[in-house]
Amino acid sequence: MTAHTHSRDGQSRVVYLDANATEPLRPQARDALLEVADMTGNPSSVHRAGRMARAVLESARDTVAQMFEVEPLNCIFTSGGTEANVLAMHGLGQGRRFLVGATEHDAVRKGVPDGALVNWLPVTHNGQVELDAFEAALAADESPAFVCLMLANNETGVLHPLAEVAALCQRYGAHLHVDAVQAAGRMAFSVATIGAQSVAISGHKIGGPKGAGALLLAGPAPARVAPLFEGGGQEQGRRGGTQPLPAIAGLAAALKAAVETPRDLSPLRNRLEQAAVAAGAVVCGAEAPRLGNTTSLALPGRRAQGQLMRLDLANICVSAGSACSSGKVAFSHVLQAMGLDTLAGEAIRVSLPWNVQEQDIDRFIQAYVGMAQSASPVLGL
Amino acid sequence: MRILVAMSGGVDSSVVAARLQAEGHEVIGATLQLYDSRGAAKKGACCAGQDIRDARAVADRLGFPHYVIDAERRFQDSVIERFADAYAAGETPVPCVACNQGVKFTDLLGLAKEIGADAMATGHYVRRVEGPDGVELHRPVDSARDQSWFLFATTREQLAFLRFPLGDMPDKGAVRAEAEKFGLIVAGKPDSQDLCFVSDGSYVDLVERMHPEMAGPGEIVDSAGQVVGHHEGVMRFTVGQSKRLGNAARLNGERQMVVGVEPGRRRVIIGPREHSFVSSLSVRDVNWLVDAPPEGLVCHVQMRAREVPRPARVIPTADGALVQLTEPAMPAPGQACVFYDGSRILGGGFIRREAAASAA
Repeated sequence: MTAHTHSRDGQSRVVYLDANATEPLRPQARDALLEVADMTGNPSSVHRAGRMARAVLESARDTVAQMFEVEPLNCIFTSGGTEANVLAMHGLGQGRRFLVGATEHDAVRKGVPDGALVNWLPVTHNGQVELDAFEAALAADESPAFVCLMLANNETGVLHPLAEVAALCQRYGAHLHVDAVQAAGRMAFSVATIGAQSVAISGHKIGGPKGAGALLLAGPAPARVAPLFEGGGQEQGRRGGTQPLPAIAGLAAALKAAVETPRDLSPLRNRLEQAAVAAGAVVCGAEAPRLGNTTSLALPGRRAQGQLMRLDLANICVSAGSACSSGKVAFSHVLQAMGLDTLAGEAIRVSLPWNVQEQDIDRFIQAYVGMAQSASPVLGL
Repeated sequence: MRILVAMSGGVDSSVVAARLQAEGHEVIGATLQLYDSRGAAKKGACCAGQDIRDARAVADRLGFPHYVIDAERRFQDSVIERFADAYAAGETPVPCVACNQGVKFTDLLGLAKEIGADAMATGHYVRRVEGPDGVELHRPVDSARDQSWFLFATTREQLAFLRFPLGDMPDKGAVRAEAEKFGLIVAGKPDSQDLCFVSDGSYVDLVERMHPEMAGPGEIVDSAGQVVGHHEGVMRFTVGQSKRLGNAARLNGERQMVVGVEPGRRRVIIGPREHSFVSSLSVRDVNWLVDAPPEGLVCHVQMRAREVPRPARVIPTADGALVQLTEPAMPAPGQACVFYDGSRILGGGFIRREAAASAA
């Protein structure tokens, strides 16, 4: 049986609008991944096979470093975005107090080292960090701070005012770590242009395979980072473990494709959003600058769980909150932090992938409007 | 039909899903996550336990969509807390009724309607019969698995939407055989035991954690307030019980039983077994599955999960019903009193505390 047998509307093609969970694999990434998959060598080996693997690894490192304007040896490959974030927080944040955005991803919210002092930075109802409160938190203590603020939010797409944030960090001598997992490949930036000391990215959110990410560091190479695990001293002793070469080659190829052939998805997103709003939806974070592919649509009085199931049964993939290991729909801490408490359980996230089609938007609008107009029982769940 | 199947991850609901699909229905599986299987210490964390994994594996194998529904908060508020509060009020609650009534047949059923389902099916052992005057609820064919007592609070509206395909199964062996026929990995899975939300079977600890005032030893007193013994914790006593009374089990040559529990004072009140029975009791939150005549119904009532129904007359009142027993009995406050006509459930309610108070 195929996954499509439960479609009863005859529209068996799956419309995938959950790019922020994971992007479809880009063909360039697929080619790179397949090419490297048959290579035997370990990049740490001295022999010919090892050297060939090493060449692939370093070429990927050059590509990624160049895209984000860092020294190649300041691109540390990891298993993904979570590890890149946690490596930065543990490896660069020792002895510092943490200032963490309230709408950060769980990778960061739960990545604060045990025992470290944490200040949660409030956001406005638009989802952007409150700059006055942020400066007050920086000024509250003379000890050096480690600031974690994401570039683009995974649920709403909202962008923090990072120029102001970076200027404040510089003024108060704070380390600025930016989780750019959702922004990488979707908007133009470099580590230098956003003024961060460290930036985390993830391969599969760019259209690469799952299993590789990177921590990018500003300044001269190689910057010192205490490893989470030493292992064989790979990545200049900053990240132990044999590098997953196919995933890393795929990451670099996906990033190159994303940067070289950028696609502005905001016109499609806006069309979808306007139709949803006309059907009764509220867009969370609409007044802030946002990532072009993302929208957070709340349907007042309708639980996110039911919306998600209904759309899924119409073969439309979206999400609510952030994905959770059990698959249950979690309450959105992001929307709660924005003061949208009631809407927090009623919002779905629609995030357009790099290869989205016009007719995908049509299909979504048709299903969403049908859902919004249907009778809505009051649910306790 | 599009049918939402409430899947626990056990063999019963898995067979329901497989059979309905084989009959040509569009099946959608849903599993309620009622509590974190890693325990209360990890509150708020999410975790897929083995049962969710099993339900998902069955759905994947059969090729229908399956969803995990977060009902932790609702379950905590509407079942676990009410369960503990009832004990703290001196009652012996039936949490499964509260769960069926709320989380399952209100919330999940609402979700089924929300996604455009035409019906919702469960693996309960109970029969739904389309009678001349509407849908009826009956005991199942397999009396060893009878769950009808736990489902008395199902409203007529809910019943219309519900399906219980296992009500006609002769025994559990037949269900397991059907599971094997469908190739379900859960065919040999052991049945779940007792209260689903206390993994080690100790609901005592759970309630005492939530109501510390109830924890610890206390006095056993007679109806005059005279201390006649001591006990290790009021949680272990239910009205009507004769066990665990120690030396107080027999006083003045008469067998004693629990006639009341005062959790706040950690007191267990006992009385002579022969003289403590009541011949009438009052029930609250009554659900009628028939149009009850004002003069009342002659029927049978069952006041515990496992007991032989007793003849009675049930008279509707403004705030519930009055149950007049043909033979006196010892009802436990908080338990369900379900009215039966043969195999058919006519209605039921929860036994009021005053019923026991009048016995002392």
